Amino acid sequence: MEQPVSQVRLWNGGLAWMVTRYDDVREVLADPRLSSDMSRPGFPAHNASVAATRQKHRTFLNMDDPEHAKQRRMVTRDFMIKHVEALRPRIQRHVDALIDEFSAGPQPADLVTGIALPTSSATISELLGVPYEDHEFFESRSRTISSGDVEPVEALQAYEELREFLRGLVDRKRAEPAQDVISHLVELETRGDIGIDELLNMLRLLLGAGHETTANMIALGTLALLEHPEQLERLRNDPSPQRVAAAVEELLRYLTISHFGRRRIAVEDLEIGGQTIKAGEAVVVANDSANRDPDAFPDPDVLDLERDARHHLTFGYGVHQCLGQPLARVELQVVYPTLFRRLPDLRLAAPMNELPFKTHSVFYGLFSMPVAW
Amino acid sequence: MKVEVEPDKCIASGQCVLIAGSVFDQNEDDGIVVLLGSEVTGGEEDAVLSAARVCPARAIHVLDGQR
Repeated sequence: MEQPVSQVRLWNGGLAWMVTRYDDVREVLADPRLSSDMSRPGFPAHNASVAATRQKHRTFLNMDDPEHAKQRRMVTRDFMIKHVEALRPRIQRHVDALIDEFSAGPQPADLVTGIALPTSSATISELLGVPYEDHEFFESRSRTISSGDVEPVEALQAYEELREFLRGLVDRKRAEPAQDVISHLVELETRGDIGIDELLNMLRLLLGAGHETTANMIALGTLALLEHPEQLERLRNDPSPQRVAAAVEELLRYLTISHFGRRRIAVEDLEIGGQTIKAGEAVVVANDSANRDPDAFPDPDVLDLERDARHHLTFGYGVHQCLGQPLARVELQVVYPTLFRRLPDLRLAAPMNELPFKTHSVFYGLFSMPVAW
Repeated sequence: MKVEVEPDKCIASGQCVLIAGSVFDQNEDDGIVVLLGSEVTGGEEDAVLSAARVCPARAIHVLDGQR
């Protein structure tokens, strides 16, 4: 890494400073002089669809403090460790039932639609108060929004469809409140704390981010374990909560599904890693590169489930760090050991080089993953 | 070892609770950090240092410990 901060050309022809070292990435993401506001001219969006949807429909993802903190704090309660831990037994029962059904079916079968998506979609649906029966609808529209392979107009259309779907749910919860996130946000909206537009965008964000990311990690993590049988064996021999938790952190680091990095724009002149960045200039931080920085993770290209990888940057860093991380952790801590205990002969049923990876999607993952057992 | 927190900076990621649950808790209303005790004893020092290191909001400060 001779030029840890260097200029790169973006998809739209714009320039951005790309930051690759672990320490520099943390500095960028912790610095309030670097804005997440996508409406600022020259903001380095991931692709044309992201630029179109996020400029039209703002969420706290692309706000700065204090506006960001005000909105984010409306939902932090729901992702508290205590509340998410209380869901663990239900997630375990759900995963067990999914594996019952999956293993009784024909082989080979797709792990993404059979295990990965149903685990994360059912969990976030329940937390938010979205009927799980609608999962194919919200999964396909969310996939379109983050695909990176569709025209912006198609991504905007999918976004609108999700907003209308969520508007219907908001109206229902207004009439019949329940113990869920939608009902809680409706209460805040009634009090005037948040407008209906922003409420719908926030729900869209929570629903999308709450299922796509974790589903990608379930499939890719399973694949990584199958490709490293000696590591998998160690996990099988000692599936204690501490070992499983450490393994999940290392898989999060090693796979870094937030592979398009985090994006910011400087609002003041500043210096990162010895490089001057001027107000108005764009910055892209490469989480994936930072997570393989040997100064932060010795032998970074080795998957080592016993290393302490908790300081990884897969969930980001700074005030925008992933809101749903406690929920993602619990789901992953349940899924991997249960899957390999229940299906000890689980194996890939297609050549690795034929697997459809989500190369252009905002989050890395697999569109499908044929397995046998 | 002494530890301090800045609740105004906290973003409720919950990582400190996962790493050092005997020292940190979360406010029931919004998940913001609550310090259970500012004096950290030997057995918990490493966990508290680790929590301070991963805190995304840099809201945890170890006062007289070496990092």
